[in-house]
Amino acid sequence: MVGIVLVSHSARVAEAVAELARELAAGGPVAPLAAAGGTAVGGLGTSAERILTAAREVDRGAGVALLADLGSSVLTVKALLMEDELPPGSLLLDAPFVEGAVAAVVTASTGAPLAAVAASAADAYTYRKV
Amino acid sequence: MRDAEFFRRWMVAAAAAVEREADRLTELDSPIGDADHGSNLLRGFTAVIAALETEPTAATPGAVLQLSGRTLIGTVGGASGPLYGTLLRRTGKALGESAEVSDAELREALSQGVAAVAQLGGAAPGDKTMLDALVPGVAALGTSYRAAGNASQDGALATVPMRARKGRASYLGERSIGHQDPGATSSALLLGTLADVAEPAGAR
Repeated sequence: MVGIVLVSHSARVAEAVAELARELAAGGPVAPLAAAGGTAVGGLGTSAERILTAAREVDRGAGVALLADLGSSVLTVKALLMEDELPPGSLLLDAPFVEGAVAAVVTASTGAPLAAVAASAADAYTYRKV
Repeated sequence: MRDAEFFRRWMVAAAAAVEREADRLTELDSPIGDADHGSNLLRGFTAVIAALETEPTAATPGAVLQLSGRTLIGTVGGASGPLYGTLLRRTGKALGESAEVSDAELREALSQGVAAVAQLGGAAPGDKTMLDALVPGVAALGTSYRAAGNASQDGALATVPMRARKGRASYLGERSIGHQDPGATSSALLLGTLADVAEPAGAR
């Protein structure tokens, strides 16, 4: 299964969104999912180390989809991708954080390939609320 | 020609400048950012100096800059980490494995580094970002290192009337106008310290 990493400025946001997505995907096997929130010392911000650890943890060889919230979360994932430090087949999803996480985890849990996970997360942008 | 020692001196000078200016950078980051630019960069450059001390294996200009960039990405915690990290890493990569590089090679490598920053952040000059100091600074390298330092300084000052179009400041819209961009300011520091080590006063 494709692994999913949720990168937020806040550890609590990353963990809570992971919990939400995991619950909504439940009913069968759930895709490997890890939260990488906040800095290494527990503050608000982004930790490259946490992202790398999380990505290795969820990598099953089918690719790792990373979803980030804002600013440094997005830029750090992009910088790590530019450096080839993330596992092979890692991809930054272009999607809203909460909705994209749910879509990605549900899709990955069906055993879908990385491209399908990415498409499903990106599709969350088209869901208008008003 | 510039050797690894020159680039180590640059990083040491940059760290000292960041330490000296950390409070001012954070002050600039208070009205339009999240008031952590100085402390974030200080943490990053302190880690860079520690990394350069513990890894004497970084024996080429390219290796010094790549190690410095990697360290910034790993330790800063804010957007300046991946941005400055990518600038130094990509510049280091472009310098290759030569033991010494010419000023022309450094100029070309820095422009590749700046292009990578633009690509990473999706910003262009005029968006009130570090690129407003880096782009004119690197362009002026063709004249001299001091000219580059001065041009980046002018570029940072020129961000005052701009409206931010990237990063957290962009959410403020009109209210971002009238404040000097902290990222452009730290970029001017970085190019200013390059001028200091390349053309020390009295040794021109």
